[in-house]
Amino acid sequence: MTGKLNLAKKDFVSDQEVRWCPGCADFAILSTVQKVMPELDVPRENIVFVSGIGCSSRFPYYMNTYGMHGIHGRAPAIATGLKMARPELTVFVVTGDGDGLSIGGNHLIHALRRNIDLKILLFDNRIYGLTKGQASPTSELGKRTKSSPYGTVDRPFNPLTIALGAGATFVARSVATDTAHLATVLRRAAQHKGAAFVQIWQNCPVFNDGAFDSWAERDVRDEALIKLEHGKPLLFGKAKDKALRTGAGFSLEVGGTDGAVVHDEMREDLALSMALAALEPPMPQPMGVLRAVSRPTVDALAREQEEEAARKQAPDLEGLLRSGDTWTVEAQA
Amino acid sequence: MSGSSPSRAPRDIDHAVVRFAGDSGDGMQLTGTEFTREAAFQGNDLATFPDYPAEIRAPAGTTAGVSGYQIQFAAHEVYSAGDQPDTLVAMNPAALKVHLADLKKGGLLVLNEASFQPADLTRAGWKSNPLTDHSLDGYRLIQVDFDKLVTHACEGLPGLGAKDVQRTKNFFALGLVFWLYSRDTARQEKAIHERFAKKPEIGEANLRAFKAGYFYGETTEAADAPWHIAPARLSPGTYRNVMGSTALALGLVAAAQKSGLRLFFGSYPITPASDILHELAKHRQFGVTTFQAEDEIAAVTASIGAAFGGALGATASSGPGIALKTEALGLALMIELPLVVIDAQRGGPSTGLPTKTEQSDLFQAVYGRNGESPIPVLAARSPADCFEVAFEASRIAIEYRTPVILLSDGAIGNGTEPWKLPRADALPRIDPKLRTDPEGFQPYSRDPETLARPWAVPGTKGLEHRVGGLEKDSLTGNVSYDPLNHEKMTRTRAEKVNRIARTYPKLVPAGDPDGEVGVLSWGGTYGSVTQAVIDARASGIRVGHIHLRHIFPLPLDLPEVLSRYRRILLPELNLGQLRLHVRGQLGIETIGLNKIQGKPFHVAEVRSAIEALARSPGPVTHKELA
Ligand SMILES: Cc1ncc(C[n+]2csc(CCOP(=O)(O)OP(=O)(O)O)c2C)c(N)n1
Ligand code: SF4
Ligand SMILES: [Mg+2]
Repeated sequence: MTGKLNLAKKDFVSDQEVRWCPGCADFAILSTVQKVMPELDVPRENIVFVSGIGCSSRFPYYMNTYGMHGIHGRAPAIATGLKMARPELTVFVVTGDGDGLSIGGNHLIHALRRNIDLKILLFDNRIYGLTKGQASPTSELGKRTKSSPYGTVDRPFNPLTIALGAGATFVARSVATDTAHLATVLRRAAQHKGAAFVQIWQNCPVFNDGAFDSWAERDVRDEALIKLEHGKPLLFGKAKDKALRTGAGFSLEVGGTDGAVVHDEMREDLALSMALAALEPPMPQPMGVLRAVSRPTVDALAREQEEEAARKQAPDLEGLLRSGDTWTVEAQA
Repeated sequence: MSGSSPSRAPRDIDHAVVRFAGDSGDGMQLTGTEFTREAAFQGNDLATFPDYPAEIRAPAGTTAGVSGYQIQFAAHEVYSAGDQPDTLVAMNPAALKVHLADLKKGGLLVLNEASFQPADLTRAGWKSNPLTDHSLDGYRLIQVDFDKLVTHACEGLPGLGAKDVQRTKNFFALGLVFWLYSRDTARQEKAIHERFAKKPEIGEANLRAFKAGYFYGETTEAADAPWHIAPARLSPGTYRNVMGSTALALGLVAAAQKSGLRLFFGSYPITPASDILHELAKHRQFGVTTFQAEDEIAAVTASIGAAFGGALGATASSGPGIALKTEALGLALMIELPLVVIDAQRGGPSTGLPTKTEQSDLFQAVYGRNGESPIPVLAARSPADCFEVAFEASRIAIEYRTPVILLSDGAIGNGTEPWKLPRADALPRIDPKLRTDPEGFQPYSRDPETLARPWAVPGTKGLEHRVGGLEKDSLTGNVSYDPLNHEKMTRTRAEKVNRIARTYPKLVPAGDPDGEVGVLSWGGTYGSVTQAVIDARASGIRVGHIHLRHIFPLPLDLPEVLSRYRRILLPELNLGQLRLHVRGQLGIETIGLNKIQGKPFHVAEVRSAIEALARSPGPVTHKELA
């Protein structure tokens, strides 16, 4: 039990049977989310999970909170309306790489640009799971899938650079196999006031098994990943003996620990977070919070406008109907 | 000059149709609106029809850039903006080219002579000069050099460029037409002062131009003017001249207030729906949130999200945008939440005729979704009617937990008419019956009367539940793939919508309650059809008019009412969508009168169809009148 409300993980488990494939990494994410929820100390009835369509988007059915399983790609828009109508609610969005970056890409970037106070969790398995294994916008170039038997010819998106480019005030990455790290990142995202974007690498054992093995597996991850900590030097490697340093021409390069760049997630400009986000293997992949800055949220601003308007002029329906030029026709004698 | 009496006593006439036409930059919409305002103040009944091009500023002086504004005002009740103008103001040769054919034979033409230079004529596509080649024979003419007269009028005014002076020409025209119809000028003079309060020198210039126009009429004693049109005997009450889009917006606000709900309006700009967004954006103090979304899909889904949160969700668009919202409407009807969707129809398909009117989205509204997806559909008939229909659409949406489509159109949305204002406290309360009791709560249990499910909004303890587009168990709302449950739910959703028809008022035909011809109409054809039926009855035909507000489900008494007429005429601005709908739903054959020109019906078109049907003795056959 945690917090004033004495909530426990089990309070967030719904009575619905979870229907993902055995071994799907979505289970680990679900369990971690359910575990983190009590720590937020928000009454269950004030929490809403909104999703689109995909394996990942079945998520709301399994959370014992309010929830909406929406339509493909539109969860950020549904959640925006909900949050603007009810700013006091805690609203999570669960989406997939196809849902959030293909069909719903437009809604995702606009939700981020507006800085609406939503926690957007993008389950990235680099494949279309629910439709049984087509290439997605995060599938690596040349990937062979059912829809690309000769390998894909279109380049993938980098979800982090998109989120940063769209103006997200909170951008982070984690992976389903490291639930302790995931829990930390989810906690941070939940505490952020504004649009929080979290990319979660999620293995799909059925259609894209091992997509993250070469860097997220236990035996390689110390070398292949770099865990970001605010105010700390960017170190990685089992012995923390390697560092990211500024290289020639605005680049980050791997070197000794002496010249390590110190991570600053609160920098106003995007230079560091973008440089980190854009790192591709064999460079270490950033894990954790890349950016966390504070900006007014659109839900709060809109509500302020309404309250300000009501202060200036009390709502008066009769007056509204009668506004403008009116005239009266008298009864005929 | 206010109060100065015209040199000749005005002649009483009972109605007039005036059209102002010019370049889109000439300020014709403003001129028309100002003239309308005075007509409203003088107590005339009126109807207006603004007609403007899709391009904001098409090349100056071309026919593509001509913008028009028509008003019919009268000493009696008025139902349409009129078929043919009695007076046409044409600011340039292009306006003349576009509108001359509509002017009544013998009608009055007001022309700016200065704009008939050879280059102007070529640009407008005149092969020779209509002022001299007899094109204008048969019309009465007031041919004035607007350019020169406004220049004179503004002489000595400091701080004005020649351009500023020439921009006052529309007020010259307005002044002249004020004189023609012996309108009182005091209010307009005040209005000009107020409009240009921040630029007093421009205000003064426009005022002088307005007066110059008025005096020009007076001193030349043009035509057989001036005329006078007495106030109409409207039913007692307080009135306001209202645009359809404004009335729609106010209807939504009123419904939200009367139900104690917030109003959330998500929208993406599109002609002719944008003005609804513009209007609602002004009324934040009523708990109105307007959300300009990234596209129509976001607009509607955000409204659905807001409805889940306990707000009255609403959205508006035109045909192409409604097409984008289609999938989301399926979600709304599946999760059974209140949502009002306004479709301000325009010429289609595709981008079609964005600024012109049409009634061709009926199929899209009633039938345009995947799956068995019944959605109630209502249609507004006139600008003032928009208020009531928006209020009723909201009531149905809230009471039945369903998306509702409200069909309006470009002519209704932009048109204006006097609106007899309802009293806010006399508007009925709408009870949203939000569920708060966790005892026995089942998300898909139903009200025995309406079949509505409980509306349980986040924040309510003990009612946590999940909704979504997957088929729902008929009680728990959990995902269900059970075949019999799917059939049960499909039939229940249909039955719920069908039951709405029980709440309709009885259909009462206008005109004759039975007879030779019954005219069945819906939406914006109301005005032309009403007038046509009045005229046809005056000529001795036994004819009644049934106008539908409820397109789906159709009124239960419609078959009986239609059966009282020997044949049914169905005029529509499409190829026969209501005709096919009525045949499909009721098995009733009607005879179509169809026009697809981006313009409303002329009264005369409907009347001759009525006459033709009344005369022809043959059996009732379905056909489309050519
Ligand atoms: C409008 C629409 N188009 C297509 C689909 C089919 N569809 C369902 S899920 C999906 C892709 C989901 O991929 P992703 O978002 O990566 O989710 P995952 O299943 O991998 O978790 C598609 C194409 C749909 N449901 N709706
Ligand atoms: S298809 Fe892949 S992502 Fe979907 S449930 Fe199965 S394992 Fe998980
Ligand atoms: Mg995926």
